[in-house]
Amino acid sequence: MGKCTERLYNGIVKENPTFVQMLGMCPTLAVTSSAINGAGMGLTTTCILVLSNFMISALRKVIPDKVRIPSFIVIIASFVTIIQFLLQAYLPSLNSSLGLYIPLIVVNCIILGRAEAYASKNKVLPSIFDGLGMGLGFTVGLTLIGMFRELVGKGCVFGFQILGDGNLLQNSSGIIKGIGNALSLYTPITIFVLAPGAFFVLAFIIAFINKRNAKKAAEALANGEEIPAACRPDSCAGCINAACCGKLVSETSVPVKAAEAPAKSAEDAKQVKKQEEAQASSEKNLANNKADEADKSEEVKRDEPRLSPYAPTRESVLADIKLVPNATGKMLKEHEEEVNEPSDSDIKLKETMAHIKNKMGKEGKR
Amino acid sequence: MNILLLAIGAALVNNVILSQFLGLCPFLGVSKSVNTATGMGAAVVFVMTIASFVTSVVYYGILRRFGLEYLNTIVFILVIAALVQFVEMFLKKKVKSLYESLGVYLPLITTNCAVLGIALSNVQSGYGILESTINGCGSAVGFTIAIVILAGIRERLEHSPIPESFKGTPIVLITSGLMAIAFFGFSGLI
Repeated sequence: MGKCTERLYNGIVKENPTFVQMLGMCPTLAVTSSAINGAGMGLTTTCILVLSNFMISALRKVIPDKVRIPSFIVIIASFVTIIQFLLQAYLPSLNSSLGLYIPLIVVNCIILGRAEAYASKNKVLPSIFDGLGMGLGFTVGLTLIGMFRELVGKGCVFGFQILGDGNLLQNSSGIIKGIGNALSLYTPITIFVLAPGAFFVLAFIIAFINKRNAKKAAEALANGEEIPAACRPDSCAGCINAACCGKLVSETSVPVKAAEAPAKSAEDAKQVKKQEEAQASSEKNLANNKADEADKSEEVKRDEPRLSPYAPTRESVLADIKLVPNATGKMLKEHEEEVNEPSDSDIKLKETMAHIKNKMGKEGKR
Repeated sequence: MNILLLAIGAALVNNVILSQFLGLCPFLGVSKSVNTATGMGAAVVFVMTIASFVTSVVYYGILRRFGLEYLNTIVFILVIAALVQFVEMFLKKKVKSLYESLGVYLPLITTNCAVLGIALSNVQSGYGILESTINGCGSAVGFTIAIVILAGIRERLEHSPIPESFKGTPIVLITSGLMAIAFFGFSGLI
């Protein structure tokens, strides 16, 4: 896959802003009372993302580091103003239904987060596709939520009445009319198109994603693999403040007291990484091979928002996920015959086992 | 009387978070304990009142006079960012304890939809300078009410049995949804 297609896939599937990163919650809840509004908002955000990523990537070598955030905000705000006026002129119905949320795209964490995490560090063409991918992922998320809320709350899909009284199927004849009559028995649950409904729908979506991630994480651990970053409970992927928080924490010098314990290993990993970058690259490789820091350095190397101080350590994650030691122990013995020297994952697995046995010893019963 | 109606409307009926969906990031992120929630609420009251006042002054005094209303988004966000910087510096020097307890949350208010959203809606609704300030203050008080109530509920949620996949954000969102339904009861107030 070319770099551009990879960026597209990343934005739409792997790091979908709505379902995986959970950024931009304000417009997600406010605008999805119908599918067409959600799609319109998503496409508007996509335009602005592409334009701002392009501009910021083109100017990335010119903008001084200290004024980088205010200049990003000015660039994004200018594009938002331009798009807002274009919408007022050519799509007035969309403008009136989105209302206040169009200028609020300026403070949408997705745009600032992508500018900070990707566009300011990469060339123009991949940045454009990154913006396109993230924007399309956001659009897909908003449209899906909007379709669900509209269907359950009003019985419509994109404005076409399907469920409930007076639906479109009743206008035809024969079997279809029979189906239409059956569907008209449905009474729309109005609360889903109102404010509380948005909260409920989002809660169930996130719960579903959590369940899927927990299953994936348990599977990965049972197979002796590393837990994928997105599957860690309470990881940066699930934190609402991911893009904004990580950036702001590193900028302000005030220490975050509330999260000192879990932050320590993340901060240590980051500081160690910084020190090593100043030294020879061979020492950096050495540190990267250490089992403890492997996952943290992986995350820092990837083009993602920086780790939130609320991100848990490996130990806390393993403590949360209840493992059956016998299953993994058996697998370890099976593989020992094939592999000559213990690989990285085996070392990690042994540490995992040791840690779990430690915990079991402490708690006494399980 | 009109002013009082405006304030109560802004705080309860059109609650910033529960009806207008502005300011969800701090609402879901900072509401873990009542103390931090009160601190955040106080910071938002402070910033939003001053921001509403300053942005409406800038709008009527500068942008309107020179026919530059189209610049209001850019100007407002820059004014708010500068204001938060000043507030941070001021707190750091004068009220060090509050600065320490707020920590990272103060700059988080800048990228918060709530302040910019209220400033823009003031201007869109055509409020004068006094009305904008009252609206901003009322909205921030509504924000504080909502976030403190949620923090209180969350503190008790920690001791309740919750299904695994609902722990964390989902149960908080369901709680907010129930609060939003409760706040519907205020709609007959004005």
